Amino acid sequence: MKIVTCIKQVPDTEAKISLENGKVQWGDSPLVINPFDEYAVEAALQQKDKHGATVVAICIGPDSAREALKHALAMGADEAILISDAALENLDAQGAAQVLAAAIRKIGDADLVIFGRQSIDSGTGLTPAQIARRLGWPLLSLAGSIELNNGRVRVERVIEEGRQIVSAALPAVLSVVQSIGEPRYPSFMGIRRASRATIPTWSLADLGISAPTPLVEQRAMFAPPSREQPCEFIQGETVTEIAEKLVEKILAEKVL
Amino acid sequence: MDFSLSPEHQMVQKMVREFAQKEVAPVIREYDRKQEPIPWVLQRMGELGLLGISFPVRYGGQGMDYLSLGLACEELEAVDSTLRVVMSVHVGLCGLTLLQWGTEEQKRRFLTPLAKGEKIGCGAFSEPGMGSDVAAMRTTARREGDFYILNGEKMWISLASKADFALVTARTNPAAARPSEGLSTFLVDLHSEGITRGDLHGKMGMRAGSTGWIHFRDVRVPLENRIGEEGEGFKITMSAFDHGRYTVAAGATGVIRAALEASTRYARERVAFGKPIAEHQLIQQKIAAMLTDYEIARLLYWQVGWLKNLGRRCTRETSIAKKFATEAAFRAANEAIQVHGAYGYMDEYDMERHLRNIRATIIYEGSSEIQTLIQAGYALGMRQDKPLRCEPPAYDAEEWTKPA
Repeated sequence: MKIVTCIKQVPDTEAKISLENGKVQWGDSPLVINPFDEYAVEAALQQKDKHGATVVAICIGPDSAREALKHALAMGADEAILISDAALENLDAQGAAQVLAAAIRKIGDADLVIFGRQSIDSGTGLTPAQIARRLGWPLLSLAGSIELNNGRVRVERVIEEGRQIVSAALPAVLSVVQSIGEPRYPSFMGIRRASRATIPTWSLADLGISAPTPLVEQRAMFAPPSREQPCEFIQGETVTEIAEKLVEKILAEKVL
Repeated sequence: MDFSLSPEHQMVQKMVREFAQKEVAPVIREYDRKQEPIPWVLQRMGELGLLGISFPVRYGGQGMDYLSLGLACEELEAVDSTLRVVMSVHVGLCGLTLLQWGTEEQKRRFLTPLAKGEKIGCGAFSEPGMGSDVAAMRTTARREGDFYILNGEKMWISLASKADFALVTARTNPAAARPSEGLSTFLVDLHSEGITRGDLHGKMGMRAGSTGWIHFRDVRVPLENRIGEEGEGFKITMSAFDHGRYTVAAGATGVIRAALEASTRYARERVAFGKPIAEHQLIQQKIAAMLTDYEIARLLYWQVGWLKNLGRRCTRETSIAKKFATEAAFRAANEAIQVHGAYGYMDEYDMERHLRNIRATIIYEGSSEIQTLIQAGYALGMRQDKPLRCEPPAYDAEEWTKPA
């Protein structure tokens, strides 16, 4: 079995984001593997532990994105491929899907493609669906658990309305949510392997495609207006008095 | 000369940091208050391979180098000293000393379960009446056929009540010309008959750690558990201290960093006299001192890690690193409390705990006074490292990562 996980490199969640000349900046904050994608790698490794599989991590990004791939290798992925090309600067979700789909075809024989639910930077959450469309495979999104059996995949989807169980024939595209289980830490053996691994780079020419034309045009980027959030400490002689005042406030504000 | 960390070292650092910050930091206050060890911590450290980090793969270890061990200690103690103590006694005092002095058979039998985290090890050298003065040890080991009979008491032993194995030094020859020549070292199974042990309570710090005593009453230790030759106990104990002190130095460096990070964060937020206290020069002075001490302490332990990788004796360098880092960590924690004002005095913030924890490191694994004498001894030519029958093993990446 072969499982491909698609990961992205994003600014650290603790980065202080600012906007300069219409571009998002994150200062000298480090770039990390997209936290949701760690769950995707974890999901792939869980299936590898259970059924045996080759796990291939792929990532579109500049040379520095190798670090995110190394993280996946250190966690236990078997192979990593970086897709890097100067022509890939302004990708939208469908463009990324076009490139990743070409890469998945080039890798060949994939039974499962696993994504995190969304990236924490652009956060569209569209790429898994776009890939499924490109590949003509079923999409089972927001999976909280995965079961493979006789060439079929069955997942429990974690959705707002509750839980939904769906299944499909392989090959299939999945996106996973946190209930899949906490991502494992890299093992020391994995760290050694990852630090010595050479990660091949594929260009658009290697994939045999030209640069995708963005369908979405980004017209402007602006920081959300800051909101004044008044903070009021409720004083009182006794706990009961404070609680009563709090209830009055809550009712007055129509929170309840 | 290269002062940069390899990608491998950076990944080790990140992995250990994530474990300590994500899993231990949220609960450490609670256990420190209760004066109880975190019940799952040893098992978890074993699962992650930390308990075998710097042992060859063929002995069940992870095959990382000595610098990785130091980096792990820095990350662990930046959250709490008790995590690093586990590394000091299990990996440092017990495991690395076995790696240096044990026979092939002993490494297979004793080191392998330790490196795999299946057994926990500790080092038992101090006694109620001696610490730094190793040659004054009173625990005895009397030879009887194929056994040694151990009698006596060890005290201030980290993990005394938790460990399965202890490296114990005892007097085998009371008539030796020099007291230091009458000592031998044993790997003792702490589940043996005649052993009673327990925890000490009322410690100033390291309250989420286990520190205790071990009492030996006619404990039969098989001959094959003697590490090294009879009479080599003093030298073996000194080797154990070299390994242990390295981990203490690296760990204390983590406390300086924790103090620095907490202080810079707080100083930017807290406003006094109309501006963040970070803009007041007396606060800046404290932060600058912490940063300088952090860089010095880090370079000193990195140097030891490098020397250990080369397999060179580095008692002198380790001693400097240990003394500097532990004293600087105490200063840094103390000044960080000052930066935090009244909040720093409360256990809602971490600094008072770090201060209580780190105070012990200026006493144990050779007090600052002993480290000072060691330095003077080297400087004045009164002390020299004579060749050992078993020199510390160098790190050989290929050899250490070969499968069993």
